[in-house]
Amino acid sequence: MTNTTFSYAPAPESVRPVLKPSYGLFIGGKFVEPRSGKSFKTINPATEETIATVADAGADDVARAVAAARKAFPAWAKTKPAERAKIMFRIARRIQERSRELAVLETMNGGKPIKESRDEDLPLVVQHFFHHAGWCDKLPYAFAGAMPKPVGVCGQIIPWNFPLMMAAWKLAPAIACGNTCVLKPAETTPMTALMLAEIMQECGLPDGVVNIVTGGPDAGRAITALAGAKNGVDKIAFTGSTEVGKAIAKAVAGTGTKLTLELGGKSPNIVFADAALDQAVEGVVSGIWFNQGHVCCAGSRLFVEESIHDDFLARLTRRMQQLRVGDPLDKNTDVGAINSKAQLETIQRFVKAGSDEGAQKFEVACDLPKKGFWCKPCIFTGVQPSHTIAREEIFGPVLSVMTFRTPEEAVQRANNTTYGLSAGVWTEKAARALEMSNRLSAGVVWLNTFNRFDASAPFGGYRESGFGREGGRQGLSSYVKLGGGR
Amino acid sequence: MSPTKNTTKSARVEVAKTLKLYMNGAFPRSESGRTIPVKDAKGRVVAHASHASRKDLRDAVEAANAAQPKWAAATAYNRGQVIYRIAEMLEARRAEFVSLIQQIEGRSKADATREVDHAIDRCVCFAGWTDKIASVLGGKQPVAGPYFVFTMPEATGTVAVVVPDEQPLLAMVTLLLPVISAGNAAIVIAPMTNAPLAVALGEALATSDVPGGVINILTGMRAELCPWIASHRDIAAVCGAQLAAADAKALELGAAENLKRVCLFHDAPKFDDDAFWHSPFAIAPFVELKTVWHPSAL
Repeated sequence: MTNTTFSYAPAPESVRPVLKPSYGLFIGGKFVEPRSGKSFKTINPATEETIATVADAGADDVARAVAAARKAFPAWAKTKPAERAKIMFRIARRIQERSRELAVLETMNGGKPIKESRDEDLPLVVQHFFHHAGWCDKLPYAFAGAMPKPVGVCGQIIPWNFPLMMAAWKLAPAIACGNTCVLKPAETTPMTALMLAEIMQECGLPDGVVNIVTGGPDAGRAITALAGAKNGVDKIAFTGSTEVGKAIAKAVAGTGTKLTLELGGKSPNIVFADAALDQAVEGVVSGIWFNQGHVCCAGSRLFVEESIHDDFLARLTRRMQQLRVGDPLDKNTDVGAINSKAQLETIQRFVKAGSDEGAQKFEVACDLPKKGFWCKPCIFTGVQPSHTIAREEIFGPVLSVMTFRTPEEAVQRANNTTYGLSAGVWTEKAARALEMSNRLSAGVVWLNTFNRFDASAPFGGYRESGFGREGGRQGLSSYVKLGGGR
Repeated sequence: MSPTKNTTKSARVEVAKTLKLYMNGAFPRSESGRTIPVKDAKGRVVAHASHASRKDLRDAVEAANAAQPKWAAATAYNRGQVIYRIAEMLEARRAEFVSLIQQIEGRSKADATREVDHAIDRCVCFAGWTDKIASVLGGKQPVAGPYFVFTMPEATGTVAVVVPDEQPLLAMVTLLLPVISAGNAAIVIAPMTNAPLAVALGEALATSDVPGGVINILTGMRAELCPWIASHRDIAAVCGAQLAAADAKALELGAAENLKRVCLFHDAPKFDDDAFWHSPFAIAPFVELKTVWHPSAL
C-alpha cells in the first residue's frame, strides 16, 4: 500500500427539513395535545442535539387513537377499492416528491448514513405504497374463492432501525386491505412517521384511517392491552426484539387477536471456497455494516470455508479499512451513528464479552466524532459456537467469524440457532446454491447477494424470528380475514 | 366392538379390542398405565381407551420429529399418492366407522354415513393439493432489480393437532390433512367423544403408506395435554378449532415461549364447509414461506 493518506473532503447534504418545534399525537386526522400531558425531546444521535419535542402518549391517548381508528373503519372498509387505491398512489407520489427531505430527517433522527436513507429506505418506502395501492382492488384475485375481508383496527408497533420503511411496511398493506391503524413509532425515531402523517392527510386519506401515537414502551403496552377488547384492537403487528415479541404474544394470548411478529436474528453468511471472493467480501460488508448493523436480518455470523479463511480475512480486513465512519449527513459516509446511548452500551457489552470469552477483535482504525454515539466496525475471529457473540443478537457493527469444512457442516452450524430470519450463501456453483437455500432454515435466503428488499418479495422469519410475512401477495394475508375465518 | 352383547346364552364371546395409542407406526398403551372408560350412547361402558400422558406426548414428539424431515423431503407427488392411499384405507373401513359413530354417539346411520363419506372425500381433495400448494402459495416475485426471486412454502415441522368433539372423524381428518399435505408431521389429540373411532383411524393409517411417526394419535384429555403441548420446545406449531377458551389460551400462552405458530381457526365455519376447508388457505398457516434471491446477469 503506497497511498494511505487519500481522504475525502466533507460533502454534507444541504437540504434541511422544515420542522415545528413540537409535535402532538396524530389522532383522527389532526395533531392533538396528549392527555397524558407528557412529552419528550427527540435527538440527533450523531450530535446529541434536540430535533423537536414530541408527545409521550399515555393509555388514555392510545385508547383515543384506537377509538378514532374504530370510528373510521366502517367507511374505509366500504370505500370503493379503486378509490382507496387512488389515495394510496397519491401518497406514494407525494413521498417521492418529498423524499430528499424525508431522507435527511431520517438520517438526522436515526443516525444512518444519508446515502442509505436516500438510496435504500426512501425508494422502498415509495415502492411499498405504490405496490400496495395496486392491490386494493385486486384482493379477491389474491385470495381466490376465500372472500377476503379487512380485519379491523390494527395496532402496529415498529422499531428504530428503519423508521419510515417500517411504517410503510405496516401501514401500506393494512390500509390497502381496508383496515384502519394505530401506529406507534419507536421512542428514539418518531420524526419521519409524523411527517408521513402530514403527507397522508394532505393526500386525502380520511381522518382516523391512520393514527400515530408517539411514546415509549408504555404506549406500546397500552396498544397490546386493547387486543381483543370490545371496540379495541383486532390485529397486532410488531417488529422488534424477540424478547418483546414473546411478551406481546403472551399479552394477546387467548384474545383471538390476529398477530404477526417480525423479530430478531443471528443470520449466517456462508462463503464457500469457490465463491467470487471480492463480491463475497462486498456482500459480507453490506451484510453486517449496512445501517451500523442495526438490521434484524444482518449477516452477523460469517462462516468461511476453512481452506480460504486466511485469504478471505485478509481481503475483508483490507476492505473494512476503507469504510468511512462519521457524520451521517455526509454523502460519503458508510457507517453512521449508533441510534442511541442505550444501544451503544448494549453493543459495548457484547464487544467486551467477545474479548472476555477469548475471541480476537479487529476493528477499523478511525477517529470518531467527539459528540454523539459511535462504534467502530469490528470483527471477531476465533469465535466458538458457544460464545455469546455467536449466539445472541447484537444489533451493531460487530461480525463473528467462524469456519466450516463441508457443506453439511455449514448447514448444521448455520441452522444451529433459535432464530431463522435470513441467510446468505456465496458460491459459484448453482446446484449447491439452490440446495443450500433448501436446507437453510430462514425466511429469506440471499444467494450471492445480501440485504436486498422489495415490496413484491415477502420478508419474515422462521422459528423465533417471528411469523407472518411483509411484502407481496403473501404479505397481504396478515391483513385480511378469509372465508369468515382468521 | 360391542362387548355388552357377549353374555347372552351360549353365543360366541366377542373378541374385544384393546384401545391403544398410535405412535411411531406402532400401537403402544399409555406409559402411564391409565385408561378412560368409553361409554356408548346409552351410557354403558363398552371399552377402555388409553389415557395419554405428558410422557406419551413427549414420546410422540420425538417420533414425529424423527419422521418429519423425510416426509417433507418426499416429492409432493409421492405425498399425494400416500394421502390418496389414506382415502382408500378409510373407504375399506367405511362400515366400521359408520357403526362406531352410531354405537358411541347414538347418531343415525344416514348421519354417520354422511360424516364418514365427507371425511373420505376430503382425503381425496388433499391428495390433490400436495403438488399444487407451492404454485398457489408461492411464486416468482417481480422485484425492481436484476434479481431472480422466488417464494416457496416449506413445512413448519411437527404440529400438534387438537381436535374438537363434534363430528369427530370429520374433525380429525379436516385438521390433519392441511398439516400433513404440506410435509409436516402431526400429533393428533383425538376427541374423547369417540375414542374407538380415533383408534380405528390410527389402524387405517397404519395400513396406509403414511410413514410411521408422520401421524401420531393420542387419546387423552385436551385440558390436561394443552399446556404441555404449548410449552414443548420441539413442537413447531399448533392446529386446532372450536376449542374451549381455556384450552385456546393455554396453547397461545405457552406457545409464546418459543413462538410456535398457533392457528386455532377462530370463527371458521363448520367442518362440512368445503369452500373453506378445501382451500389452500387452510394449509397456509402450517407452512413457512421462504424467499430466495439470486442476481440475474449474463
